[in-house]
Amino acid sequence: MKNNQDTRVVVGMSGGVDSSVAALLLKEQGYDVVGIFMKNWDDTDEDGVCTATEDFDDVVRVCNQLDIPYFAVNFEKQYWDKVFTYFLDEYKAGRTPNPDVMCNKEIKFKAFLDHAMSLGADYLATGHYAQVRNNNGTFEMLRGADSNKDQTYFLNQLTEDVLERVMFPLGHMTKQEVRAIAEEHGLVTAAKKDSTGICFIGERNFKEFLSEYLPAQPGTMKTLDGVEKGKHDGLMYYTIGQRQGLGIGGSGDPWFVVGKDLEDNVLYVGQGFDNEKLYSNSLIASDVNWINDRTEETFTCTAKFRYRQKDSTVTVTQMANGNVHVAFNEPQRAITPGQAVVFYDGDVCLGGGTIDKVLKHGQQLAYVG
Amino acid sequence: MEHIYMDHAATTPMDKRVAEAMTPIFVDVFGNPSSVHSFGRTARQYLDGARRTMARSIHADEKEIIFTSGGTEADNLAIIGTALANRHKGNHVITTVQEHHASLHAAQYLEKEGFDVTYLPVDEKGIVSLDKLKDALTDETIVVSIMFVNNETGMIQPVEAIGKLLNDHQAYFHTDAVQAFGLLDINVKQAGIDLLTVSAHKINGPKGIGFLYAADGVSMQTLQFGGEQERKRRPGTENVPAVVGFQKAVELAMENKTERCQTYWRYKEQFIEKLANNGVKFTVNGDLEKSIASIVNISFPGTNVETLLTNFDLDGLAASSGSACTAGSVEPSHVLAAMFGDGDERTTNSIRFSFGLFNTDENVPEAADRVANIVQRLTGGRRQNR
Repeated sequence: MKNNQDTRVVVGMSGGVDSSVAALLLKEQGYDVVGIFMKNWDDTDEDGVCTATEDFDDVVRVCNQLDIPYFAVNFEKQYWDKVFTYFLDEYKAGRTPNPDVMCNKEIKFKAFLDHAMSLGADYLATGHYAQVRNNNGTFEMLRGADSNKDQTYFLNQLTEDVLERVMFPLGHMTKQEVRAIAEEHGLVTAAKKDSTGICFIGERNFKEFLSEYLPAQPGTMKTLDGVEKGKHDGLMYYTIGQRQGLGIGGSGDPWFVVGKDLEDNVLYVGQGFDNEKLYSNSLIASDVNWINDRTEETFTCTAKFRYRQKDSTVTVTQMANGNVHVAFNEPQRAITPGQAVVFYDGDVCLGGGTIDKVLKHGQQLAYVG
Repeated sequence: MEHIYMDHAATTPMDKRVAEAMTPIFVDVFGNPSSVHSFGRTARQYLDGARRTMARSIHADEKEIIFTSGGTEADNLAIIGTALANRHKGNHVITTVQEHHASLHAAQYLEKEGFDVTYLPVDEKGIVSLDKLKDALTDETIVVSIMFVNNETGMIQPVEAIGKLLNDHQAYFHTDAVQAFGLLDINVKQAGIDLLTVSAHKINGPKGIGFLYAADGVSMQTLQFGGEQERKRRPGTENVPAVVGFQKAVELAMENKTERCQTYWRYKEQFIEKLANNGVKFTVNGDLEKSIASIVNISFPGTNVETLLTNFDLDGLAASSGSACTAGSVEPSHVLAAMFGDGDERTTNSIRFSFGLFNTDENVPEAADRVANIVQRLTGGRRQNR
């Protein structure tokens, strides 16, 4: 075993408080820490201002406070090819993609991990709220101790050989503790606001952003019984279960998106949060990743269908083509194609996949895609 | 681990003798050179003495030397200042695609102000073509700005021939000689140079000081407003300690120019030879024959700049890609893109090594060994264990 000072850890630094504290903790533990900022997106505006410049500046200041070397690496091309192209393709297909899952899979824990290894690193560390457990040589991923911040949902595509080379220094901590440490050490990022939304869109208007890349095709809004309820701005702007932005007035329960018909460009709406059209009993997921080997054909575990959702009990059946059938113990509301389904056994994240089809009583709900 | 500095084109370590010359000035010679009392006169004496040294170093008259805050300001003043003052004679400015950003961005500013700017291309060796310049010249051309030595590739440009060509043209000839000064002989009169930029910190002098040579009679608008310093061309109280340090650096540079040229050529050859002996795959960008002693730009196929530079630094070796950074990440070099075309692999896998005072016959080969190790590790596809 190498001692800490001979162990090089590359920390992926975003300029936020989490990765700052991750670097600080590793430095305190005596590791040979190297901070690296990833530039994945060019958002330079007409005035030449770009948020990446400000974020990198924060990385520089934190690294100087910690007295660790810092560098930057540009993955704009890889990000565009692997994440943004996927993101647009999914929207084109009427689905709701999860670029964070893809970014972790293709960029942070692939391209960036390779980069770290090429710098002689023994480990790559990030400020994610998740934990790695070495279970007698088997590397497992556990939920972050702060259940409110747990990010394993976004990390479901990681594999064992990746986890072997990864550190999550914040995994056992709460966000509050992290902020307290940052303040205690006077890190310049201590009070920095958490980033929200999809990284490349930032604070901008999502609709506006998407319309720059995909032509919006307005169409009609109907109930599943064919009653016209108004116009929609383009199917890509809506996700299953959404309430805001429909503009349907009148009395009675509020209206929700229950489905989409891509061919006829129709947005299906239904009344009431608990509208039965929003409920399903099972799903089929593709791109399934098991973090640790999973041979049982059928097993029971818990699952999340969205980030920060409470776990639900499901029965998973592995299919011959690598997809999985996931049957819910209780009917689930607003299962959305394109989003991730992530599986857990207690605190251990087993892996996950992309929701492809949504079924009710064994029949695919064609209207949700 | 011994740190080795191979980035002298970015900046140089200050010569101890320069620091020694400056030290007493800070405290003892505090007068304002413009003041009409003994304190002012003493300061003015130092300033005048330094100006004389600058002038002699390029065969100019001391009235033709304007002290500035450095190379960037001198380039800006030369290009923007003359263009604005001579607009009545024409609206056309010529420069090249491979200039330092201090010139390039000044030219872009002029475009915004309504000037026509021609950016001359360079050939695959990184040299600007006289014929292309001839073709670009019009009756409207008022300024031609072409660097003496390129800061990324070290390629020496045909400055004298350009000066000759412009001899019977109204256009002023400006050259940024920041990388050339101290190693090449410069005679502004013989070479037909009207404006020339020099920076102190590239020749083991202090940062924050440089000069612009502007030939007698060159009409130039000031870009800064205030007092009457530097014959009204550059208002602001002079930085006397820096000027004195600059003077010392110039004296030292002139003293042993030939010897230093030989030393740096030896370093360059040792470095290249050692890389080759180590079996590293590389090519030298540009034309060694026409390059300055202190700079070599090397392409390492199958690598990329960011990974190389980071690895070098973690191994204690300082070099650079010579190009600007955005958010800390390295953009493809505009100079190499001008030579090889956008998208050429060499624009993203080339490193500039530049030799100078920090280097020795021991640490240059040592640096080559470190480079070789890293390049082989990265291109060999082996997952390394340190």
